[in-house]
Amino acid sequence: MPVAVRGGGEKLWMRRTRAGDIVAWFGWLVGVAIVVASFELISQVTIWAFVWDAPAQGADLIGRMFPPRWSYASQLWKPMWDTINMATLGTGLAVLLGVPVAFLAAHNTTPSVVFVRPTAIFVIVFSRSINSLIWALLLVVVFGPGTLAGILSIGLRSIGFIGKLLYEAIEEIDTTQVEAITATGAGRGQVLAWGIVPQIMPAFAGITVFRWDINIREATVLGLVGAGGIGMQLQASINVLAWPQVTVIFALILVTVLASEWLSARVRHAVI
Amino acid sequence: MGAAETPPPGLMLQISGLTKRYATGDLALTDVSLTVPDGQVMALIGPSGAGKSTLIRCVNRLVEPTGGKVVLNGDDITALGQGALRRARRRMGMIFQEYALVERLSVMENVLSGRLGYVGFWRSYFRRFPQADITEAFRLLARVGLDHMVDKRADALSGGQRQRVGIVRALMQNPELLLVDEPTASLDPKTSRQIMRLVVELCGERGLAAIINIHDVALAQAFAQRIVGLQGGRIVYDGPPDGLTAEVLTTIYGEEDWSKTMSKVEEDAETEPAV
Repeated sequence: MPVAVRGGGEKLWMRRTRAGDIVAWFGWLVGVAIVVASFELISQVTIWAFVWDAPAQGADLIGRMFPPRWSYASQLWKPMWDTINMATLGTGLAVLLGVPVAFLAAHNTTPSVVFVRPTAIFVIVFSRSINSLIWALLLVVVFGPGTLAGILSIGLRSIGFIGKLLYEAIEEIDTTQVEAITATGAGRGQVLAWGIVPQIMPAFAGITVFRWDINIREATVLGLVGAGGIGMQLQASINVLAWPQVTVIFALILVTVLASEWLSARVRHAVI
Repeated sequence: MGAAETPPPGLMLQISGLTKRYATGDLALTDVSLTVPDGQVMALIGPSGAGKSTLIRCVNRLVEPTGGKVVLNGDDITALGQGALRRARRRMGMIFQEYALVERLSVMENVLSGRLGYVGFWRSYFRRFPQADITEAFRLLARVGLDHMVDKRADALSGGQRQRVGIVRALMQNPELLLVDEPTASLDPKTSRQIMRLVVELCGERGLAAIINIHDVALAQAFAQRIVGLQGGRIVYDGPPDGLTAEVLTTIYGEEDWSKTMSKVEEDAETEPAV
């Protein structure tokens, strides 16, 4: 114990015991050893010539990206609009499917802990474990290239995100408010609508807007695998080494993401 | 509401042999039998963990009793199915310790939630309550002095105001019995008195019976017509407020110097202005 008594009856207090100190130092030693060993390992498989050359290559690439070809922007409005729509519709689809899944997964609202809850949890985990880019790869094969595949892949990935965060919010509600509504003689649906839904509204709005914000960013890359949106232009431009066009696309994505960030922050403030 | 066709005269609530064992194995109530006549305001006192909350929650079956019977105005509550239980709950208004208002709803919505048992799902969902309910809500809010707060959100109110809304919500059910769980535990001494006086007055006006769980012995003595002491899930005292001697309090709460509490009770009773 960190408390020891000295001869004169004076009590000493230390953060750790002697043995605890040794364990902590040993832990640090092992950590440093792992870092050094890993550096060695990575260093052996790295071609250092490329790394030393990297600043020059990077400068060269940036040189080719400037000046941006701003006139190219006229061809980007439509794909950018598609991208935003993919993110928005995908988020909408995820809300439509994810909210019921959340209620089925939450301990305090699920109709059955034995069957329904594990099923709902599985849906959430399955959806979350596959990145939207991978969903898009699969769905482009099924539905063909285009925005439909993009919307569905964003939706499928977001069900798990919204479902998980929302069911955690449902499980954290104040139960006495629910008790009070139940005590009035309200039915199951009324208890849900009056006792539970008002409590999770701020969480719901925050989660949805946050996911929409993420989805805008994800939608910009889905085009790389043919699922519509501005990513298709990005890939086309990179393929023909049209770097001044890539710069314009990057700038447009940056502005869109900034705008979505600002909008989601505003919405979250408004709902709390 | 006259749901019971032939109520046995004078007996609002009959509890017999009520037992509750929680899933954890804890025995919260052991063979509790209790009768509350019409219009009686009864205080239920006892130490924390004595089973006071469990007892009143067994009455409206927010907690399912393990054994025993609860009869409300002639109807056996313990035998009811889900639908009938919901209809029976309308007849029992409940008031909570931490007010238990739905914080993000307005005062009016919280008050109208007392009518949920009488209104269908979609009507309640779109807040289309019958005008009679709304008129009654305004009347009761005016009665407790909150008619200027109708559109305030519940979380913008003070403790005493919230508890008034809680009381109005319970009265909106047009109950026959009030179940009151520690109504003053989160309030300051002055507000506590005002709330207790309000509850007792409203019970008097409407001829309501009430079971009030309360920690504060002095408040219980000042406002209740009858005191029931619960200890370890059993009734150890059932009698008038002035029968609470130091000896009785020791049986309920355990050994302590009760002389201070006793004298304070008399002082309170005398100095309390009757507003």
